[in-house]
Amino acid sequence: MESLLNQLPIGLSIGAVLLLIALGLTFTFGQMGVINMAHGEFIMAGAYTAYMLQDWAGTQAVLVALPVAFLLAGGLGWVLERTAIRHFYGRPLDTLLLTWGVSLVLQQAARDIFGAPNVQVTAPGWLTGRIEVMGASLPYSRLFIMALAVACVIGIWLYLSRSAQGRRMRAVMQNRELAACSGVATGRVDQLTFFIGSGLAGVAGVALTLIGPVGPSLGTYYIVDAFLVVVAGGLGQLRGAVIAAFALGMLNSFAEFWTDASLAKVIVFAVIIAFLQIRPQGMFVLRTRALT
Amino acid sequence: MSARMRGYALFALVSLLLLVVAPLALPAFRLDELAKYLCFAIAALGIGLAWGQGGMLTLGQGVFFGLGGYAMAMYLKLHDAGGDLPDFMVWSGVEQLPALWKPFGNPAFALAAVIVVPVLIAVVLGTLVFRQRVRGAYFAILTQALAAAFVILLVGQQGLTGGTNGMTNFYDFFGRDPEAESTQRTMYFVTAIVLGVLYLGARQLVKSRFGRLLVAVRDGEDRVRFLGYNPATVKTITFAISAGMAGLAGALFVPVVGIISPSLLGVVPSLELVVAVAVGGRYALAGAILGAVVMNYAKTSFSEEWAGGWLYLQGALFILVMTLAPKGAVGLYEQARDTVARRRALAAAPVPPKVKEEVPA
Amino acid sequence: MRKSFWRPLGLALALPAALLTACGGESGDVSSAGGASGNTIKVGVLHSLSGTMAISEVTVKNSEMLAIEEINAKGGVLGKKLEPVVEDGASDWPTFAQKAQKLIKKDKVATVFGGWTSASRKAMLPVFERNKALLWYPVQYEGLESSPYIFYTGATTNQQIVPGLDYLKEKGKKKIYLVGSDYVFPRTANKIIKAYAAANGMQVMGEEYTPLGHTEYSTLVNKISQAKPDAVFNTLNGDSNVAFFKQLKSAGFGAQNLPVMSVSIAEEEVKGIGVANIAGQPVAWNYYQTTEGQRNEQFVKAFQAKHKGAVTSDPMEAGYNAVHLWAEAVKKAGSTDVAAVKKAAAGISLDLPEGKVTIDGATQHVHKTARIGIVQQDGLIKEVWSSKEPIKPDPYLKSYPWATGLS
Repeated sequence: MESLLNQLPIGLSIGAVLLLIALGLTFTFGQMGVINMAHGEFIMAGAYTAYMLQDWAGTQAVLVALPVAFLLAGGLGWVLERTAIRHFYGRPLDTLLLTWGVSLVLQQAARDIFGAPNVQVTAPGWLTGRIEVMGASLPYSRLFIMALAVACVIGIWLYLSRSAQGRRMRAVMQNRELAACSGVATGRVDQLTFFIGSGLAGVAGVALTLIGPVGPSLGTYYIVDAFLVVVAGGLGQLRGAVIAAFALGMLNSFAEFWTDASLAKVIVFAVIIAFLQIRPQGMFVLRTRALT
Repeated sequence: MSARMRGYALFALVSLLLLVVAPLALPAFRLDELAKYLCFAIAALGIGLAWGQGGMLTLGQGVFFGLGGYAMAMYLKLHDAGGDLPDFMVWSGVEQLPALWKPFGNPAFALAAVIVVPVLIAVVLGTLVFRQRVRGAYFAILTQALAAAFVILLVGQQGLTGGTNGMTNFYDFFGRDPEAESTQRTMYFVTAIVLGVLYLGARQLVKSRFGRLLVAVRDGEDRVRFLGYNPATVKTITFAISAGMAGLAGALFVPVVGIISPSLLGVVPSLELVVAVAVGGRYALAGAILGAVVMNYAKTSFSEEWAGGWLYLQGALFILVMTLAPKGAVGLYEQARDTVARRRALAAAPVPPKVKEEVPA
Repeated sequence: MRKSFWRPLGLALALPAALLTACGGESGDVSSAGGASGNTIKVGVLHSLSGTMAISEVTVKNSEMLAIEEINAKGGVLGKKLEPVVEDGASDWPTFAQKAQKLIKKDKVATVFGGWTSASRKAMLPVFERNKALLWYPVQYEGLESSPYIFYTGATTNQQIVPGLDYLKEKGKKKIYLVGSDYVFPRTANKIIKAYAAANGMQVMGEEYTPLGHTEYSTLVNKISQAKPDAVFNTLNGDSNVAFFKQLKSAGFGAQNLPVMSVSIAEEEVKGIGVANIAGQPVAWNYYQTTEGQRNEQFVKAFQAKHKGAVTSDPMEAGYNAVHLWAEAVKKAGSTDVAAVKKAAAGISLDLPEGKVTIDGATQHVHKTARIGIVQQDGLIKEVWSSKEPIKPDPYLKSYPWATGLS
C-alpha cells in the first residue's frame, strides 16, 4: 500500500514531462490543425541548445538555455511555417507527411553536426538532491520540470486570456474565416502561434536533458506520447492537455508498477482507444457551428 | 489507337517486363529484391485504396503487414519444428506450445489467417473508430500509436513471437527450400501475379458504385451521411480490404525475404510505406505501386552508395513532392498530359475555364 | 475517375524494372568463386552505417578496416591484397540478410565480417548456412548458438555474464535486481543469472524489462528502491542507459550505495551517459582501452591515428581480432576455401590487444580473458578484476552444473 502511494508523485512527475512535450503541440496541432512530426526534432534542438551553451555558461547552461532554446526552436518553427506549412492549411494529413520529411532531415543534420553518439549536459549543482514525498523520493530535477510545466501553463493561459494577441489567436482557432472578416491578420497570427508552439518544444528539450539522453534520435522517443496527450485532451484545449497529461502520467505510473514498462504502454494505448469511444473528440471539444 | 487500347497495351507491356524480361535479365538476388519491392507494393496498393480513394490516412499498415507475416511464419516454424517446439521458444524457455500457436500447424488455417486476422482486426477497429466519427488527423495518430503499441507487444512477448529477432531460418516452404533459387523465382512470379490480380480487383472496386461512394465520403463525409448512406460502413469495408492486402503482402514477404520481425512493422516502416504512396501519386492506384517500387529501390541503392545521405534525400524529396506535386509522380504525368492536350485543344477551340481541383486531406 | 489506370501502371512498373535490368547487366561480368580471383581477395564488411545501430556499428567497421589495412601493409595474405566490400545493414534485419546474400552471391567474397545485434545475426545465419559461406561476428551475445558457418569473436555468456556474477558474489552482494531492455540478450542473460543466483545463494529481488528506447525510469527506480537490493545487474541497451543512470543518480543511487553491473556500456557510451552519473560503477567486458600490453598500445595508437580522439572498445577490438584471426587461418590453410579455413582455424592462437586469443574449433568461439572494470572520471574504464587467463568458451554452459536445463 505504501509503495502504491509512492507512485502518486511519480505519476505527477511523468505527467509533467508529458505536459511539457505536448504543450507546444496543443498550439500547432490543436489550434492550427497542423500535425507537426518535426515537433520531436524541435525538442531535440532545445536539448542541443543546452549542450552548446555549456561552453559558455558551464553548469548553469540549463537555466540560460531555457529562453535561448525557446527563441531558437521557435525560430526554426517560424521558418518551417513560412517556407512550407502555410501552403498546407486545411490539409492536415499532408502536413503530417511533409513535417515527417523535415524531421528526417533535422535528425540527419544533428547526426552530422553533433555526431551520432549521445552528448552530455551537466545538471546545475542546485538540482542534485531530492525530497521525500509520500515515501517516494522526488529528485529536484523532477520538481524543476514540474515547476517549469506549471509556469508554462500559467504563462500560456495568461497570454491566451489576457493579451490582445492571445485573443486573436483564439478567434482564429474558433473560426478562421470569421476572424479574417473581422480584420484579424490570420497569417500573422499563424506565424506567431507556430513560433510559440515550437518554442515550447525547445523549452521541453532543455528540461529533458535533466532526465534523458541527448542525441539525434531524442525526438522520436517522445513524439507519439505527445500526440496521444493532445488527442486525449482535445484539440486546442489547454485544460484538456493538462488533465490528459496528468491522467496519462498517473495511468502510466500505476500500470507500470503493477505490470511492466512494455505492458504499461499497451494499456495506455488501449485506454485511449476506449476513451475515444466515449469522447471521440477528446476530453474537451471546441464547439463551433462549422460543417466539415 | 484509343486511350483504352493504349492502356491495355501498356499493361501487357509491364506484365511482359515483370514476368518475362526481368526474370531473364536479372541475377537471382536482384530478382529477389524486386520481389521484396513488389510485396511492399501490394501493401502500398492497400494504402492507395484507403488513403487515396477513401481519405483515411493509415499510419499503422505495418500492423496488418505483420499480422499476415507472423501468421505465415508461425505455420512455417511449426512445420520446420515437426512436432517439437520452434527454436526460439526453446531459447526463450517456453516448455509447451502456447495455445495460440496450435491451430497454425494447419496450413489451411494459417493461410486463411493471413487475410482473415488483419481483416477482422481492421473491422473491429474501424467499427469502433469510424462509428464515433474519429477521422482525419485523429485517425492517423491513432493508427500510428497502434503500430507503436503493436511492436511493443510483439517484442515483449518473446516466447510467443520471437521478440526483436522475430522469426527467421525457415527450412521448408510447402515442400521446397525457401532459399533455393527455383523457389525464389517461383515466389517472384507468385508475388507479381498477386499484385497484378489485386490491382485489377482494386481498380474494379474504384470504378464501381462503391468506389464512387468511397470518393464521395473522402470529399464530403457529412454530405454523404445527409444523403442517407452510412460513411462508417463504407470506410470500415475499405479499411478492412486494405488491411487484408497488407496481410497478404506480409505473408508473401516471409518466404521472399526469409524473415519477419517487429522492426518491419513499427511507426517508421509504416510511415515509409505511406511516403512511398504519396511520392508515387496517391490518387491513382498505379501511383501507389510505382511509389513503393521506386522508393524501396532508391533506398537500397542509396544505402549501398551513400548511407547517411538517404535520410536527407528521402526528407528533401518528400518536402518537394508535398509542396510542388502533392499528387505525386502520376499527378505530374497527368498535369503534363493535360497541358499538352490543352495546347492542342487551344488551336481548335476555346478552353472552358478549368475548375480548380480541390485537394482533399 | 475516368482516367486510364493502365498507363500510369505501365510507367510504375516499367521504370524500376528497366533500372534493375540495367544493374543486372553490369553485374554479369563478376569473376569466379572463392573471392580469390585476380590479384585481390574480396572480403565483406557488413554493419549498420545508417539507422539507430550506426552509432555502435560504425566504430566496429572502422576497426575492421584498420585490421584489413594492417594486413595489406604487410603484403596481404597468400600474396594477394584484401579488398574490403563495405555494405550497410541499415539497422534493419532483413537488409542484413539481403546484403549478406549480395556479398556472397554477387561479390563472391571469401568471408564476411559483420553484425552487432542478435537479431541481425539470426537474420544472416540462414543465408550463410545455406550458401556454406563464412561470417565473423564480433559482439558479445547471449550464447546458445554455435553455427558451423559463424565464428564468434565476442564473448559468450560464460566469458562475460558469469564472471560479472562471480565478481558481485566475491564482493558479498547477495541480493540482486535485474534490469534489461526488452529483447533477446537481456532475457537470456537473466535466465542464466537466475540459475546462477539459485545455485550460489543469491537472491533475485526483481526482474524488469523496458521497451527499447524507453526513457522514463522513475517507476523502475522506485521499484528498485523498494526492493533494496545490494546490486543491480543491468542489460539495458543504447539510449535507455542514459535515462536510467541519470534518473538513478538523481534519486540518490550511485556507485557507493548501489553498484550497477553493466554489460552493454563500453567506453563509447560513457560520454553520453555523463561521467558524473556512472563513475565508479562496474562493467564486464574482455577488453578496455586501458588494457595493459604492448599489442594494445599499438592498436590504440593506430586507431587513434586514423580517428582522432576516438576511444577503443571491446566490440571494436573483437572486430579487429576477427580480421586477423581469419587472415591467419587463410595463411594456414593456404586457401580461402571455406571448408579449409574452418579446418585450419581450429586452435589458431594470436597475440591480440586483449591478450592471447585462441579459436576453439568445436564451438568456433574464442578463448577470452574476462575483465571487470570500473568507470573512471576521465570516461575510460580501469580493470579491477580479471580471470587471469583466457576462459574456454562454453556457449551452452555445459560445464556449469547449475546451468543444466537452460539450453
